[in-house]
Amino acid sequence: MTVPPQAYLVLSAALFTLGTVGVLVRRTALILFMSIELMLNAVNLAFVTLARVHGHLGGQLAVFFVLVVAAVEVVVGLSILVHIFRTRDTVDVDEIDLLRG
Amino acid sequence: MLLFVVGAALSLAGGVGVVAAREAVHSALSLLVVLGALAVLYLTLAAEFLAVLQVILYAGAIVVLFLFVIMLLHAQDPERRPSPVGAQWALAVPLGLLLWAALTYASFGLPANVRPAPRNFGAVESVGRELFGTFLLPFEVASVLLLVAIVAAVVLGSAPARPRVTSPRERVGAGDRR
Repeated sequence: MTVPPQAYLVLSAALFTLGTVGVLVRRTALILFMSIELMLNAVNLAFVTLARVHGHLGGQLAVFFVLVVAAVEVVVGLSILVHIFRTRDTVDVDEIDLLRG
Repeated sequence: MLLFVVGAALSLAGGVGVVAAREAVHSALSLLVVLGALAVLYLTLAAEFLAVLQVILYAGAIVVLFLFVIMLLHAQDPERRPSPVGAQWALAVPLGLLLWAALTYASFGLPANVRPAPRNFGAVESVGRELFGTFLLPFEVASVLLLVAIVAAVVLGSAPARPRVTSPRERVGAGDRR
């Protein structure tokens, strides 16, 4: 591997940061979900890189389980989102404030 | 080296697209670009099985699900209206740069060169042996989790969103039909 593993980790950090900024600034619930997916993928990249560096498959198995949990999260989250849209006619997370004290 | 540069550039461009696109559809397609680029990077890191899973599961299933939901909702963009919270970009971008600096700093101290990967490092066989050996219990728990998600999707998808308040006239009409 001619590319130092650190380059992969810096890329992973950049993607994670992009996802964080997306969660902070966007208000469409769908795009928030996609930003979360971006963060999960950044962490996956770090896992795969470290598995390669340490020569141990545990990191790749962790990515496998992250994939499973991400699929579950998207399915449940999107069906909740469709439900909210049917009752409240909006996907703006600033308007979904029923639980505000 | 070239693969890494191209993959990194594509994934960063796609990431910016996810965050900055006006339409949700463009965000979903940018997410697809990121996922494809990351699958290529997995290949350069000797994780062939995960690269295949990434394409099948993420690009094939999750992005399609996103596109379906975008199609179903076709909601108008809430971001056109002024935000009740105020300008978040101004605060979020410097904080994001700070986070990136901290994460990059945390990644220092790795060895610059790594030994070549053993044969079949990320191939289906070795990953499968590990999965059904050391990680057997988490694997079973993951299957229960998937079952819970299926049940949740069915329940959330089939229940009427709001209890329909029927007017007395409608109720009479329904009775007539019966």
